[in-house]
Amino acid sequence: MQHSAPLKTNMPAAGICRNAQVQTRIIGCCKGKSMKQKLVVVGNGMAPGRVLDRLLETDPDAFEITIFNAEKRVNYDRIMLSPVLSGEKKFEEIVIHGDAWYEQHGIALIKGRKVIAIDTKAKTVTAEGGMTANYDKLLIATGSVPFIIPVPGHQLPGVLTYRDLDDVHAMMVAAQQGKKNAVIIGGGLLGLEAAAGLKAQGMEPTVVHLMDTLMERQLDPTAGHMLQRELERRGIRVVTKANTKEIVGESSVTGVRLEDGTMIPADIVVMAVGIKPNAGLAKEAGLETNRGILVDNKMHTSDPDIMAVGECVEFEGSVYGLVAPLYEMAGIVSSELLGQDTDGFSDKALATKLKVTGIDLYSAGDFADGEDREEIVLRDAASGIYKRLVLKDNKIIGAVLYGDTGDGAWFFQHIKEETDISDMRDTLIFGPAFAGGTPLDPTAAVAALPDDAEICGCNGICKSKIIDTITENELTTLDEVRAHTKASASCGSCTGLVEQLISLTLGDSYDPAAVQSMCGCTELGHADVRRLIVAKELKTIPDLMQELEWNSSGGCAKCRPALNYYMISTWPGEYKDDYQSRFINERVHANIQKDGTYSVVPRMWGGVTSSKELRAIADVVDKFKIPTVKCTGGQRIDMLGVKKEDLPAVWADLNHAGMVSGHAYAKGLRTVKTCVGSDWCRFGTQDSTGLGVRLEKFMWGSWAPAKVKLAVSGCPRNCAESTCKDIGVICVDSGYEIHFAGAAGLDIKGTEVLCHAESEEETLEIIVALTQLYREQGHYLERIYKWARRVGTESIHAAVVEDIENRKQLFERFVYSQKFSQTDPWEERTKGQDAHEFKPMSIVSFSEAAE
Amino acid sequence: MSNSMWKDVGALTDIPKEGARTVITSMGKIAVFKSAQGEIFAIEDKCPHLGGPLSQGIVHGARVTCPLHNWVIDLKSGGVVGPDEGCVKTLPVKIEGERIHLNMSALVKRAA
Repeated sequence: MQHSAPLKTNMPAAGICRNAQVQTRIIGCCKGKSMKQKLVVVGNGMAPGRVLDRLLETDPDAFEITIFNAEKRVNYDRIMLSPVLSGEKKFEEIVIHGDAWYEQHGIALIKGRKVIAIDTKAKTVTAEGGMTANYDKLLIATGSVPFIIPVPGHQLPGVLTYRDLDDVHAMMVAAQQGKKNAVIIGGGLLGLEAAAGLKAQGMEPTVVHLMDTLMERQLDPTAGHMLQRELERRGIRVVTKANTKEIVGESSVTGVRLEDGTMIPADIVVMAVGIKPNAGLAKEAGLETNRGILVDNKMHTSDPDIMAVGECVEFEGSVYGLVAPLYEMAGIVSSELLGQDTDGFSDKALATKLKVTGIDLYSAGDFADGEDREEIVLRDAASGIYKRLVLKDNKIIGAVLYGDTGDGAWFFQHIKEETDISDMRDTLIFGPAFAGGTPLDPTAAVAALPDDAEICGCNGICKSKIIDTITENELTTLDEVRAHTKASASCGSCTGLVEQLISLTLGDSYDPAAVQSMCGCTELGHADVRRLIVAKELKTIPDLMQELEWNSSGGCAKCRPALNYYMISTWPGEYKDDYQSRFINERVHANIQKDGTYSVVPRMWGGVTSSKELRAIADVVDKFKIPTVKCTGGQRIDMLGVKKEDLPAVWADLNHAGMVSGHAYAKGLRTVKTCVGSDWCRFGTQDSTGLGVRLEKFMWGSWAPAKVKLAVSGCPRNCAESTCKDIGVICVDSGYEIHFAGAAGLDIKGTEVLCHAESEEETLEIIVALTQLYREQGHYLERIYKWARRVGTESIHAAVVEDIENRKQLFERFVYSQKFSQTDPWEERTKGQDAHEFKPMSIVSFSEAAE
Repeated sequence: MSNSMWKDVGALTDIPKEGARTVITSMGKIAVFKSAQGEIFAIEDKCPHLGGPLSQGIVHGARVTCPLHNWVIDLKSGGVVGPDEGCVKTLPVKIEGERIHLNMSALVKRAA
């Protein structure tokens, strides 16, 4: 195969042989190369990901890094698999390091290659396919494998684990195929999250748990029962004290049989009984292993040049699965690699949260009963709250919170600090807000926390670190705080606390809504990009991507249409529309249908038509054998099932009868719906049809951030349904009531009244100015009601109603931009524009039996 | 890959940059893409998700986003990018002078 231009590839670091056929060991030598030490990492999970973060943060040039990953994917946040399963997040949202990150940092990421051998004498690792790399330092991070109970039937198709994205996909596919019965073996954190996710996917899950109560390692029996009741209320069946005897099925799973003979039907079975360290590779290489790879408190294995991190290690007899200790290990590994001093790893009290939306549950420390222990319990049955603190020698040693977990961090702080709580014992259970006597300010609890209170358990980030980082770097958004501190960047359950800290630090200037980046190609949000286009006078998409440091070469399908719109609305008359950055509908001026055909909607001004137009439509339908003709909600006629190659001829015939494109595909002005008004209706107060036609003739062809639908009703009976439109007019005896910001689609929202206008002229001017303001401020795909909610209706009222001079300027800018947009796109194409779109490049025939 | 299966399907200039054209064959439609850098790629014009016409999608880098449900397909490998999974057939491309040649044997093999 030959390409007309050389391909850009992600080159691995020196010292790697990519050619599987050659299979020779080409080990990098230092001749003429940098003298950097070679660090090879086996595994690309969250722990090694964190090691790299820390290394690059401290000394980006210390090592030449190569990572082998058995999975074909980039580094993602495994803790967030549950939100992916439940449909609350997409894969892209849980990626920690995308491909670009590795490229940017000069790290060679070898995906889909499992390392099969380590030669500790030659200091090399070998992966499947014969690829070999040498190392100065090796980091093993092979993670863990799910534990499979070896009951009969455990190898049947349909028996899954819950460990990686493939497992999540397998579960989602089963749900999509309409399978109903899911049995989850194991009622711990993972099993319950899997069950909640499967329920969200429409399945009927049953959790089978060996012990008496759920999550017995994290919850006391009371909280375990409350959790069980809540899950059952949500349609998740729970069977406790249940020992699985066998998994039944012939070609695939059909059920699970318990020890007591009970048979539970199952289309899929998810084993979530625990994990075991994946230490096989290390063991074969001759490293000391037990359950996991044995490490000292500095994460060194029995070989001085090999370290290990994550779920594959065993330290003083313990193995670890929660993210906080793994991240602590990662910090130690990075310091050791750089020769920095550390305290070393130690086994600490841990806090746990269950990530099932709507169930708040927190547990920390030791909460078993004992003779030397006391407890404080608060129950509020009506609101489903249960709090239990376990005390020993006037110190909190354990906490279980259910229903209201806001004070979890505060209690955990006292557990770790071994605070003497004698003085506050009476009010302790009510948390810090009460202890400080503060009123119900939402940030009060956070304000009351001491500086070294841990906010983000996953990443071990304390309150003062977050506040200092915000102040030093002048951070203003949650994303920035996440990027700088990692707080709330893992499981996300402390997001609320972090946001409260931001608002505590910044006061009212913090706007939690202003945080979304436009897409994966940039860190900038829509508002930033719009502002910078004006400030830096960016007038082409390539210029913008260069100047604003886009991290992809040509953008993506999310940002390109947005940028094209921002350019065209900011620089009318100057910017040349980038046709390839438009979605297909706006490129061919018709609406693509599921079978690849198109629908065609001619404009009918204000919904008014004539015998001539109807006749032309009827003729077109017959001539091109158009299968479906239908009326739309915006008072138009839609012809569906037109072949792409027929479009120009269809348009030519419609043009001939005086009809132009109805822009039914546009992010722009769509339709103005009207009632018959004072011309015919006995209740009509004004000429609503005439005003609708006038508005449409004035505004057609204008592009906008999203579609814009108008309506004009002749009286408050509102037959044109003006009060759920982007902009609506209700005619009254005294003039025109102008409404805006309605919605009747994904969301349903009545409009808000903008103002009253005396005349048609004034109405037109206000509506046009309002539309222009939206064109200038709206984020791409943000409908008017969302824009209004974001910027505030007061600001819109001030700009187009109160400030008459400003209104006139907005109006003028709209009029100016219309000069360049009011040409019929159909007519242009019937005359040959973009002709290549509408016919195949060639038709080739060849003998199908050639080979 | 027999020589007789190489077919001339058009000129380099027939395809706009960051755009696509279709080639119709008895074994279905082929989408031929040109990236911003001028590379040419040929894949089946059928998204592995629900059969959407990939030739109608937005081309970015060496990828195309399906117009129906935004699946992203890597034009080099034919693989689906990101959380979705699947693959479309890719056809070998050869440029001779200004002409684009595609090797059709991949289509035939699939049918056999």
